[in-house]
Amino acid sequence: MDSAFIPEGVKRCPFSQFLAGLGVVGVVLAWGIYAMLLCWLKGLNQTNMNDSYGFALWIWADLAIIALGGGAFFSGFLKYIVGKDELKNIINFAVLIGFICYSSALLILAIDIGQPLRGWFIFWHANVHSMLTEVAFCLSCYFGVLTIEYIPLILENRKIDKIPFFHNLSHNMHEIMAVFASTGAFLSCFHQGSLGGVAGVLFGRPFAYREGLLVWPWTFFLFTWSAAAYGPCFTIFLTRLLEKITGKKLVKDNVIDLLAKISGWMIFTYIIAKIIDTWYWAAVTVHSKGQTLMDFYDDNMFYGLWILVAEIVVGGIFPALILLTKKGRNSEALLWTAVILACLGVCINRWVMVLQVMAAPVLPFEDWALYYPSWQEVATTILPVAYGIILVMISYRYLPIFPQEKELNPIESY
Amino acid sequence: MTQEYRKEKKYGMVIDLDKCTGCGACMVACMAENNVPFRDNETDKLKSITWMRVYQLNNGKSYPNEEICYLPRPCMHCEGHNGHSPCVTVCPAIATDYDRETGIVSQIITRCFGCRYCMGACPYHARYFNWWDPVWPDGMEKSLSPNVSPRMRGVVEKCTFCFHRYQLAYEKAASEGRRELRENEYQPSCTQACPAGAITFGDLINKNQAVYKMKKDPRAFRLLERLGTNPKIYYLSSREWVRRAGDNYHPDEETGIVKNHR
Repeated sequence: MDSAFIPEGVKRCPFSQFLAGLGVVGVVLAWGIYAMLLCWLKGLNQTNMNDSYGFALWIWADLAIIALGGGAFFSGFLKYIVGKDELKNIINFAVLIGFICYSSALLILAIDIGQPLRGWFIFWHANVHSMLTEVAFCLSCYFGVLTIEYIPLILENRKIDKIPFFHNLSHNMHEIMAVFASTGAFLSCFHQGSLGGVAGVLFGRPFAYREGLLVWPWTFFLFTWSAAAYGPCFTIFLTRLLEKITGKKLVKDNVIDLLAKISGWMIFTYIIAKIIDTWYWAAVTVHSKGQTLMDFYDDNMFYGLWILVAEIVVGGIFPALILLTKKGRNSEALLWTAVILACLGVCINRWVMVLQVMAAPVLPFEDWALYYPSWQEVATTILPVAYGIILVMISYRYLPIFPQEKELNPIESY
Repeated sequence: MTQEYRKEKKYGMVIDLDKCTGCGACMVACMAENNVPFRDNETDKLKSITWMRVYQLNNGKSYPNEEICYLPRPCMHCEGHNGHSPCVTVCPAIATDYDRETGIVSQIITRCFGCRYCMGACPYHARYFNWWDPVWPDGMEKSLSPNVSPRMRGVVEKCTFCFHRYQLAYEKAASEGRRELRENEYQPSCTQACPAGAITFGDLINKNQAVYKMKKDPRAFRLLERLGTNPKIYYLSSREWVRRAGDNYHPDEETGIVKNHR
């Protein structure tokens, strides 16, 4: 039925099966939209946030998906600036993932503010000293860049490409894509960093506060570094997942191997920096405030030392060591393990830099504040996942996301 | 132009915890004065709005050695380092500001879009979010203060040191041809309501005012001084365990080791 829109030389499932899949995910999407409307119409009393938890699940989701979406800017940086040409075979998918992650982050931010109709104040009455202002500007600009990077992909649809204007537009956009990729890498460094800065500048919250360089706390650099390190793992994870679902090989092993190797080195160097940061924070920063490391990992129901070990050892050192070795990268099971652990590791990092900051008491006579999200918060957090799945389904079906798919999966009748 | 004529002030409080009985009159006066909203069910204190909140502290010992102390906690109106309060610097839309003329940290309700970053930045939990629109019991809206706008759902609010009283006092002084206020002309509602006289309010840098002398009392301390928030609320207590409860200390450290910004 829609065969005229499907890229030449590739096979797709029947249209009815595609529609059925869309319908199932669409139900989840509708659930999330319903929760989103509740939050907009009735207010944030629909959540379980409170005056101790001004930032909660949504801000974590924001930080996490932006870190995971970091594969887009870092792959673009590697391909267009460093010159790793093999990555052209995965860059489209990385851009698509980045587009989904960043559009989702903006949507979540729009739900998270108490007065959504005043959201534009952040641009109009911008406080240049606030890390959140930097986040808003860089995030919006980079989303614009990702949109520009995604448009040529849409224009490459078989039907659209037949229109000379769109064909030429797509060609010309590809020609100057290095400029946008460079701009994106530049913007990304700042917004990933400023997201780290959001927590790092909180000098009233010793758990989050970090010293730093000029106006940037160390978390500014650590967040950028970790997004570049862990983002490609998410790209690899989703590529492999899509290969499992479609039952096809979509990207050649050498491309995955290259990205995995670079990611491994990035995680390895990042985790060393993270360990130094944690040690300095515990030994110097926190100590100067009259507290100790164990003040933040003890005497509560949830935040034990296990979470620090899970973040640094299980989600950092383990995946780094696997990805650094050829044997680890070549083993399907080990590669899966590494990318899953890496994704969990960066998500835990973002979790503690949002939720644990809010949970840990600062006044000596206060207790830990623990929180669990309401169903509305959960539904609106799943909403972007459903939206992402739908966009991947549509893009994979109608757009040449994977340039090597045709070669790797030849069709007999062709 | 006004800055050329008025002297810089740093309004603040000295709260004598030896006098505080924990009666809560300051909390009630604050809510009535500032049209602070409340709900039918206020059992979830993490969603209650209490610009002035009285904490109950204890020395951690059991009877008969147990001791209690009540600690009223308004907004600390932190000066931070050179006016960089924890909450002011983070607000992305300049909806909160450090007024260098009075030392008061303002909250611009109509500018706030409810991102709650300032709440995360404040270590004192002195900032509150309006999770609901205010609903007043029938007839009560007629008794609301006409000088303070009620806040709508979705914005952050906090103690303003009853800034509207400062404006009224200043208007009165100006009409009498004065540029400076007398010590008792501007007093927040909590200060006036305290039956024990535990709260003293004034200009912390004016040598002629009571708070200037009181903050130099050997019993004086501030909450979380080590963080560098530089708060303008001083507490007095003759009990060592109370002074120690005001900040985090290592076991080998003595209280009151931070004397900066005084």
